Amino acid sequence: MVQVIDRRLNGKNKSAINRERFLRRFKDQVKQAVTKAVKGRSITDIDNGEKVSIPVRDVSEPVFGHSHGGVWETVHPGNQDYIKGDSIDRPPPGGGGGGGGKASNEGEGEDDFVFELSREEFLNFFFDDLELPNLVKTQLTATEAFKNVRAGFTADGTPSNIHIVRSLKGALGRRIALSAEPMSRLNELQEELDILLEEHDENSPEVMHIREEIRHLKSRIISIPFIDPFDLRYSNRVKIPRPTTQAVMFCVMDVSGSMDENKKDIAKRFFILLYLFLTRNYEKIEVVFVRHHTQAAEVNEHEFFHARDTGGTVVSSALKLTSKIITERFPTEDWNIYIAQASDGDNWDSDSAQCREILTKEIMPLVQYYAYIEITEGEPQNLWYEYEKIHATHAHFAMKKIQTPADIYPVFRDLFKKSAVTA
Amino acid sequence: MSQIIAPSTEAAPKRRSRKKKPISTGSEWTFELVERYHKEIARIAADFKLDTYPNQLEIITAEQMMDAYASVGMPVNYQHWSYGKHFMSTEKNYKRGQMGLAYEIVINSNPCIAYLMEENSITMQALVIAHAAFGHNSFFKGNYLFRTWTDASGIIDYLVFAKNYISECEQRYGVDTVELLLDSCHALMNYGVDRYKRPAKLSLDQEKARQAEREAYLQSQVNDLWRTLPRRPEEEEKLEVRRFPDEPQENILYFIEKFAPLLEPWQREIVRIVRKIAQYFYPQRQTQVMNEGWATFWHYTILNRLYDEGLVTDGFMLEFLQSHTNVVYQPPVTARWYNGINPYALGFAMMSDIRRICEHPTDEDKEWFPDLAGSDWLKSLDFAMRNFKDESFISQYLSPKMIRDFKLFSILDDDHESKLKVSAIHDEDGYRLIRHKLANQYNLSYREPNIQVYEVNTRGDRSMTLRHFQHNRRPLANTVHEVLKHVARLWGFSVRLESVDESGRVILTYECKVEKRHGF
Repeated sequence: MVQVIDRRLNGKNKSAINRERFLRRFKDQVKQAVTKAVKGRSITDIDNGEKVSIPVRDVSEPVFGHSHGGVWETVHPGNQDYIKGDSIDRPPPGGGGGGGGKASNEGEGEDDFVFELSREEFLNFFFDDLELPNLVKTQLTATEAFKNVRAGFTADGTPSNIHIVRSLKGALGRRIALSAEPMSRLNELQEELDILLEEHDENSPEVMHIREEIRHLKSRIISIPFIDPFDLRYSNRVKIPRPTTQAVMFCVMDVSGSMDENKKDIAKRFFILLYLFLTRNYEKIEVVFVRHHTQAAEVNEHEFFHARDTGGTVVSSALKLTSKIITERFPTEDWNIYIAQASDGDNWDSDSAQCREILTKEIMPLVQYYAYIEITEGEPQNLWYEYEKIHATHAHFAMKKIQTPADIYPVFRDLFKKSAVTA
Repeated sequence: MSQIIAPSTEAAPKRRSRKKKPISTGSEWTFELVERYHKEIARIAADFKLDTYPNQLEIITAEQMMDAYASVGMPVNYQHWSYGKHFMSTEKNYKRGQMGLAYEIVINSNPCIAYLMEENSITMQALVIAHAAFGHNSFFKGNYLFRTWTDASGIIDYLVFAKNYISECEQRYGVDTVELLLDSCHALMNYGVDRYKRPAKLSLDQEKARQAEREAYLQSQVNDLWRTLPRRPEEEEKLEVRRFPDEPQENILYFIEKFAPLLEPWQREIVRIVRKIAQYFYPQRQTQVMNEGWATFWHYTILNRLYDEGLVTDGFMLEFLQSHTNVVYQPPVTARWYNGINPYALGFAMMSDIRRICEHPTDEDKEWFPDLAGSDWLKSLDFAMRNFKDESFISQYLSPKMIRDFKLFSILDDDHESKLKVSAIHDEDGYRLIRHKLANQYNLSYREPNIQVYEVNTRGDRSMTLRHFQHNRRPLANTVHEVLKHVARLWGFSVRLESVDESGRVILTYECKVEKRHGF
């Protein structure tokens, strides 16, 4: 009559698709929230979910209803001292008709519908702006890669993993162990029998008795199974993280007066993208922030994005500093070095040639990849022409002039292409 | 408020002297134990003549419970963002610990599906089995509204059909189009029920065959309605007088499904699906107090019987009583967390009260309930469960003792007066008024604005006019503008809504104009 069904192993994410529908519908609002979050976050902290809130009126599902007004006569429990005909002052608007505390359980939660975006969802919205190809998206969103590695043997597993040699070795050992006692007894009896046979004839009771016992022992030995489930051994495989090494990422940015908030925001996305790429490939990543105007300084992230300076621009100062930091702190045999540089293209005229000098002689031989973006709408200036020369001779030097976040990805195209093959 | 919890009438003296071994002593549950408890509870329920569908108990995790919440408890449902929204807010509240999950969800289907959460102790599982698998189950099977409006054996099949149909439409016509249509239908869901006509029972196959037929037929009907051929003048005069529809129509979704000029056949089918599901849930909305009261009354009675037979331990009873009293607690109006009348408390107290009136009537009861006092309580209670809905149940059975126990009082809020007035309290004078008012409070047609399709301009701009028949001068909420947009989207032409006061005068008009011919 009753049927008890265990559903616990059924999928639990039945609502996932409805959740996805929800995000899809409120894409614009969610996107705004993500953009805001990216601004507020450290670039090393991009890999998390985010709390998003949407105004309740946007997600409401309207139905016909009554509003307050007209005549309402309602029945309430718990009368204490009212009698018929009593008059009561109206409760302030928002309260229930009978002076109940409806207002009390309406907190700030009434204004906003708040929910958590998971890490994947967050990244997807982040990538949306950058117009990343799907392959790259999955590559970046995927959690750490593992490798299956053999790790000895286990006593249980799937039949396809049975290790035959090992199992049979075990069976042999067990057979020897189990038959050892009856075997030695058998040998003893055999000797006794030989002695007895010298004095007695075949039909004497002693001989008969010993023969009977020998027969019994032999059948005992034979009944030891050749192989038993107990003997089975399975190859064991464990997942270990793909071997990774450490990398250092230099963020180099021009902070002279011409770099406004908007440009810095684009630059930040550029750095985040490189950072995300590195997190997929290296276990440990250091980020070094170098900012410069006429002088360069190593700073923390907050100062990097938020402090403002004015004055001219000497790019070579930053490159010199970078080169110095590399030689002092990041020996190339231990570190993979990536450099991302963002600027609006301004530079002291005579300095650009010097930049090329430093890059080709000191920096390029040490780094894995050097990406340069110029965030500008104007004509390229002399720095761009000097860099183009480097680009022509070095395959791992990428450069691009961009105006919107969507232009960022092509800078890294080579980087992702390469890793798509090796990954 | 302990006085509203009826004392156990399975009193101690009845207790069997031959004490049996309890079914379990610990708090962990196992499949065997669940089955044992079910067996014992089924035996007792049969003793009390509860008539149920066969049971299907499903063990689920907390996450799955949240999934079930989000799709209004149904094991399958079509996809829509609003379910996602519901799920996300449930999940958030649950994770923050602001809200516990309900112990039970039970589905009005045959077999009757009841969910047991794996986190529950065996006591709670037994409580849920008694409450849902026997209480609600017998209510679904017995109550006249459920018998008339829902088809327990067909609902799961129908939902499967609906889900597949809608996802097919999504593939064919795009997710966004379907989503907008569903949004509009959901806005009118409460106006998609027949209150008087009985829907025919159909199996899945019949439903599918019918659907194809219906598509073709409906479209031809619509074309006929909007015939553009000119008619002879004398015919025209005759038609002029005829209003369409002849009488106001309360089922707005049905009207749209049949007569909206521009809907495609598949769109009509989706309107129909939403309408059908609304119809399926309609009885539940009308029997909240009765349904919960009935189920609570039976879990209380059955588990007490288990205890009297010595099948459960004292610890079991303490745990059960603790959660039972939480469920039937009615905070007074002065409490901060007062949020209306608790249907569990009211329902349970009324069911227990009916039993009391049958078994131990006072003089007052004999005067108020001459037929009920002294009758067989099992039969009387069964009769009450089968033949009433909340509104009629309260106006039939709310006794003066109940009104006193709950200290019910009625407040008149008239916006023409500067102060609220206490119109009745729990005294001789007030019993009938309070009973009447409380019953009205559960009357869905008073709770929701009464809005009907009044007229369609078949010869001019094809606009539709809805009428809101005001009750007690209650105005419509601001959502009316948004909802009218949805109605206009479905109808495809301009929609007007007129608020009519009790004397039949139009006092307020809302309008949503559609400029383009194609609303979609």
